[in-house]
Amino acid sequence: MIETPIHLLLLLLLPPLLLGVINKTKALAAGRIGAPWLQPYYDLIKLMRKGLVVSTTTTWVFFAGPAITLSTVILAGLLIPLGPFNAPIAFTGDLILFAYLFGLARFFTTAAALDTGSAFEGMGAAREVTFACLSEPALFFALLVLAKKSGSLTLTNMLHGPVAVFPSPAAAPLVLVAIGLFIVLLAETCRIPVDDPNTHLELTMIHEVMVLDHSGPLLGVIQYASALKLFVLSAVLLHLLAPFRTGSAWLDWPLFVGEILALAIVIGILESIMARLQMKRVPYLLTGALLLCGSGFILLVR
Amino acid sequence: MSLNLIIVALLFTAVSGLPGLMLSRASLWSQRIAVACMCLGSLAGLIGAGLGLYNPMTTAVSFPWPAMGDSLIGVDALSAFFLVPIFLMGGLGSIYGLGYWPQRRYPRTGKRLHVFWGGLVAGMALLVISKHAIAFLFGWEAMALSAFFLVSLEDHRPECRKAGLIYLMATHIGTLTLFGLFVCWRWATGSYGLHPVANDALSLSVMNGIFFLALLAFSLKAGVMPIHFWLPGAHTQAPSHVSAILSGVVLKMGIYGLLRILSLLPNPPATWGGLLLVLGAVSGLFGVVFALGQHDLKRLLAYHSVENIGIILMGMGLAMLGRSFNHPEWVVLGMAGCLLHVWNHSFFKSLLFFGAGSVVHATGTRQIDRLGGLAKPMPWTAAMFLVGAVAICGLPPLNGFISEWFVFLGFLRAGTTIGTSGSAVMIGAPILAMIGALAVACFVKVYGAVFLGTARTSGAAHAHEAPFSMRGPMLFLAAACAVIGLAPVLLSPILDAVIANFSGATEASRLSLTSVAPLKIISAISIWLLVCILALWLFLYLIGRVRHRGLTWDCGYAQPTSRMQYTASSFAQMIVSMFSWILRPRGGQQQVSGAFPKPAGMHTHVDDVVLDRVIVPGFHDLEQRFGWFRRFQQGLTQNYMLYILITVILMLSTLIPFKEIFAFLIAR
Repeated sequence: MIETPIHLLLLLLLPPLLLGVINKTKALAAGRIGAPWLQPYYDLIKLMRKGLVVSTTTTWVFFAGPAITLSTVILAGLLIPLGPFNAPIAFTGDLILFAYLFGLARFFTTAAALDTGSAFEGMGAAREVTFACLSEPALFFALLVLAKKSGSLTLTNMLHGPVAVFPSPAAAPLVLVAIGLFIVLLAETCRIPVDDPNTHLELTMIHEVMVLDHSGPLLGVIQYASALKLFVLSAVLLHLLAPFRTGSAWLDWPLFVGEILALAIVIGILESIMARLQMKRVPYLLTGALLLCGSGFILLVR
Repeated sequence: MSLNLIIVALLFTAVSGLPGLMLSRASLWSQRIAVACMCLGSLAGLIGAGLGLYNPMTTAVSFPWPAMGDSLIGVDALSAFFLVPIFLMGGLGSIYGLGYWPQRRYPRTGKRLHVFWGGLVAGMALLVISKHAIAFLFGWEAMALSAFFLVSLEDHRPECRKAGLIYLMATHIGTLTLFGLFVCWRWATGSYGLHPVANDALSLSVMNGIFFLALLAFSLKAGVMPIHFWLPGAHTQAPSHVSAILSGVVLKMGIYGLLRILSLLPNPPATWGGLLLVLGAVSGLFGVVFALGQHDLKRLLAYHSVENIGIILMGMGLAMLGRSFNHPEWVVLGMAGCLLHVWNHSFFKSLLFFGAGSVVHATGTRQIDRLGGLAKPMPWTAAMFLVGAVAICGLPPLNGFISEWFVFLGFLRAGTTIGTSGSAVMIGAPILAMIGALAVACFVKVYGAVFLGTARTSGAAHAHEAPFSMRGPMLFLAAACAVIGLAPVLLSPILDAVIANFSGATEASRLSLTSVAPLKIISAISIWLLVCILALWLFLYLIGRVRHRGLTWDCGYAQPTSRMQYTASSFAQMIVSMFSWILRPRGGQQQVSGAFPKPAGMHTHVDDVVLDRVIVPGFHDLEQRFGWFRRFQQGLTQNYMLYILITVILMLSTLIPFKEIFAFLIAR
């Protein structure tokens, strides 16, 4: 029963470090020293202590957006298993709740963006909901493959399934799904090549432009929630990319932390060597993810 | 007891508008009497339906019906289940009408509205409790005609008359098909009574015939995608509380009819379930895509009804496949999704139409791009509309999520059951996910453009909150959405009873919903999520020291105007262009040229593909080809009587014993 507290601790404390690792990797790749590893934590603490600037246009929805985003992402984090351990909450059909929690977060993030009445934030919101129409079915195809493979409808069993089949030809659909899920992860967490978290041109942003008017603790909560989202989706992806087990709980926790940090480095390298796509090409990338996950499904049931 | 209460309720609602006819137009009492009768009737009906649901015992009375044998009315669990939204919306809608359509402001149409509102509710109640084809048809026509008069209430507006006529044509094609269905039924089973058919009593081709006639007639009423064409116009042009009952309840009568006929036929072939599933997926996906292209608030909501009917049909298709392949789990999950979504949709869609009505009432326009910023002058309506919007997107922790979760779970169960063709069924899950994502896009667009931001026109700037008579019913429906979402466990005995009623004495009738779906955990998580959100929200309010209130930053632009906001059309533009192959948006913009360009503008519009591209041009073509037929059509009643006489004589001529005459002649 020590698993649940460790799960909760990792879920709540580790995510900003992933951002720090990604930024450090990017800085090293560009030949800079970069900000300290722990900079995201310092930023969050600073933001939480700041005052707010609020537009007169806004209503209570503006405050509800960050609150709902953070609550849903934490709940989603409790539904997924980390490494070889079981998720704290598991029940039949929790995969649907997992996907729909992101839908709820999206509804209120975009509504809070529209609450400011700014054209830029409207643009970001429109892009966010449009791209989700492609990434959501892709995610579901991936979950279908995992459910079919493991014969179970709880995320814990579904995500522990790949271990058994990993080195055999039966893992072929899982490879396709893993690539598809990786694209979904990049899109959902707004990384390059879909979105650039460090861009300075509002016209080309997706996620950052939606939160232009949020400041102080609201911005802190939003940044924390997006780090959590990165952590949660990475933890899902790791079950497909690196389903390794040592069998000992004392080794498996550090192994999991190492894996997720390695994934952050991979994302950082990817961001260093790629440019972001033109906005009109993003749907093609996401359709690609949808096709990959769909092909994985067809390969499985053929 | 249950049946008696429902008969009393039926009589009360049927006559509710009649006393008002004897009063003068200026008298406010006609509406008060109608609303009082309606509320009393609804209360009696709801109690009756509740008794029928919790003690699912088939109570029936039969009475002689000339020339058709004994007629039969009775309440079983399936009837009682559909009676709940009928009486609930009948009562709530009439209360809403006190504020929305007051006799003082609408002396010309007010009395007509009450008469036909009563007729509509009573007709639906009769249709649901009848166990005999003729009584069923009687209720069906009472409903269809009352709905026609309600849709064309404002008949001084040409678009309203047009919508009413299209609806009338569509509903009568449906009625004609129903005549065919019941004649077929009588021929196959030997009676007009709607009783379960014994195993192997009918051949497959007869069953197929009955099924396809029922599918055509009932899906025309329910608004399934290719034959939904009457629906957007009728829902848009009717007064908002009429739109609410049309969308929330009248469409469900199509679903009821389909469920009733399907529950009577044994051993359904797998093609039926597959067809229902495909129709559901098509309606669901394209319903929401068309909704995204709309600029008219009520028209958009109308297309969302098509979407939700699609989700209901997907559940029904899954249940039918479960019956064909003998998988009780699929039946239970599919039917639970289908039935619960019937209730859910009638709650949140009525809530949304009531909200749209409040917006129209306050601003005088339905055009989404002329509204904006209404959350400030109308906080109650905005909050209730938000509840409806979150619920219709199927998001936790509200009721829409629960019913969609059942359908999802059914699809996934079908896929993971070993040794079945369930993998094909599983494809339904990503489609449902895409429908959900598109619905989120659509309702963020509506909510953002109508209630958030700043007012785009002076009409929206001077909006006022709706009176209590309009807010009360909305509050009630929003509370119902929340209760079903947070405690679905309360409904599981009801759903079990209806599923047992639907699936007859099969294995599925003994499988309880709680054994296949962990409802208690879902409740606990939903409540926990809600508490968590509220706590965090409060926390942000408390620690957020607001240092400065000012203009929206807008990238440093100092004087943003309300016209610079992102409009609903721009918001949906990416998705509309993604689906332009089916939506075929038309419109365009004038080119800006020269050093001193003239004022330019742009507009876009998404027509209904079926009505405006197929049916209207097709019928115009037919009209031209049949120009020669006009000479028979002179508008003289005497001529038409003559045609009837000639037809009857021709039909009688079949009685002439031609065979014998020929035999006699040849023998000579």
